[in-house]
Amino acid sequence: MCGIVGIYLKTKKYEKSLGKFLSGMLDNMATRGPDSAGFAIYTKENKNNFKYSICLNNLSVQDFKKKISKYFKKIKIIKYSDHIIMETKDKPKEVIKVIDEKIKEVSIVGYGKSINIFKQTGNPKDVVKKFKLSSFSGTHGIGHTRMATESAITTEGSHPYSTAEDECLVHNGSLSNHNNVRRDLIKKGQEFKSENDTEVAAGYISNKISEGNNLKNTLTSSLKNLDGFYTFIAGTKDGFALLRDEIACKPAVVAETKDYVAVASEFQAMAHLPNVNSAKIFEPKPGVVYNW
Amino acid sequence: MNFDLSKKKLTDINKYLQNIDRKSNVRKFKIENPSGHHAICAGLKDDIDVTINGHTGYYCAGMNQKASVTVNGNVGTGVAENMMSGKVFVKGNASQSAGATGHGGNLVIEGDASSRCGISMKGINIIVKGSVGHMSAFMAQKGNLIIFGDADEDLGDSIYEAKIFVKGKVKSLGADCVEKKMDEKSINELKKIFKELNISENPKNFKRYGSARKLYNFKIDNAGAY
Repeated sequence: MCGIVGIYLKTKKYEKSLGKFLSGMLDNMATRGPDSAGFAIYTKENKNNFKYSICLNNLSVQDFKKKISKYFKKIKIIKYSDHIIMETKDKPKEVIKVIDEKIKEVSIVGYGKSINIFKQTGNPKDVVKKFKLSSFSGTHGIGHTRMATESAITTEGSHPYSTAEDECLVHNGSLSNHNNVRRDLIKKGQEFKSENDTEVAAGYISNKISEGNNLKNTLTSSLKNLDGFYTFIAGTKDGFALLRDEIACKPAVVAETKDYVAVASEFQAMAHLPNVNSAKIFEPKPGVVYNW
Repeated sequence: MNFDLSKKKLTDINKYLQNIDRKSNVRKFKIENPSGHHAICAGLKDDIDVTINGHTGYYCAGMNQKASVTVNGNVGTGVAENMMSGKVFVKGNASQSAGATGHGGNLVIEGDASSRCGISMKGINIIVKGSVGHMSAFMAQKGNLIIFGDADEDLGDSIYEAKIFVKGKVKSLGADCVEKKMDEKSINELKKIFKELNISENPKNFKRYGSARKLYNFKIDNAGAY
């Protein structure tokens, strides 16, 4: 089943409440995906620094600090349960290489100048609490509650998937040609960390964007190249886009007011949002890319 | 009588409405704060009048018999699914599969209905004042799907004996669905439905679509295959 949610703020009015809104949306979608949850929240871009969202797994934050300080000096770390957000001027290429090769106990769940990603197994209601999602402010965010189907209930199997700087994807559905697409993308240099179909879709999107396509064209091309059923919400630094497969197998509903656009698998995910009763509410058409 | 879904459990409200005391004169009910809950007013079976103020989730007024349910908002998937009789009015938009498998009664949607509106309908009248999404009236068996706006791809795919009336544009017709003559019988039928529902609309503005009867009828040419 799975639940997906997204909220994009059109005005500054609710920036401080973004985490609270997204947290409520994930809470309400716990019934659609009780196995794990995750979210990406986009905060104001810091032009000089990169932010790395890292799952520590069983490593303590002190041990991580000891290890990382051998390679990078000026770092700032904020701990959220078993995840940390590490801020540094050091570029992704070097940082990712060091972490992948020297600190194998941890895993990078995402990085960029504005994205913060958290994901973990467990009931979504607990996951949002442990990462203190309500305390975040930001400009837009997307989230996922997972009912596991084709791969195990693990952190790696949880959404969102981030396969490039400030990009991420959540998905409700399943893909049938992900093994073929993964093989093609590996040949093009894309790396994958799991056997999950959504990671392949995220990799596909990252690869197309790296070739110079915009998000809208990329998603349009996925209608041809990704086979299966899906509702996708793909996030970037500037906003997010929504796409349903051409049969519209998986649900989605959009609510738009002058201050925000919210997307979710079911309306009840957004019933708590301000002025939602007077919002323009509609079901997005199949095979059409909507972006904000 | 008023119910507040933020204070009272949905199952309790539904139970009350499903087991109306027939001696009681209270026939009008209001439900506040539906907040997208699923199956609100499902399984009503008495001649009562329920108004829901706000947006509902899936299967609102499903399996309805005799009751009149009005939603002052949007509805999720499968509004009035398998309705037997009665009336359901939606003031906003409806998600997919509105009126699915409905046997009777009237479903009126003021806004748009999404994909597969009237899928497998079996006698219900569905009136959509906006447009409908793709594959509407898929395998529809009986009843009328009346669309004031446009219809997306594959309208009436694999249709049996239901009738479709469209005032706007049809993007494409599905397998075995063809345009048919807007005959006197159909015009009178629409007139009757519009009159009953207080809709002022001229049936002559509609085009009629239905089954070419090539797909579901037994063909003598195939006799050898059995």
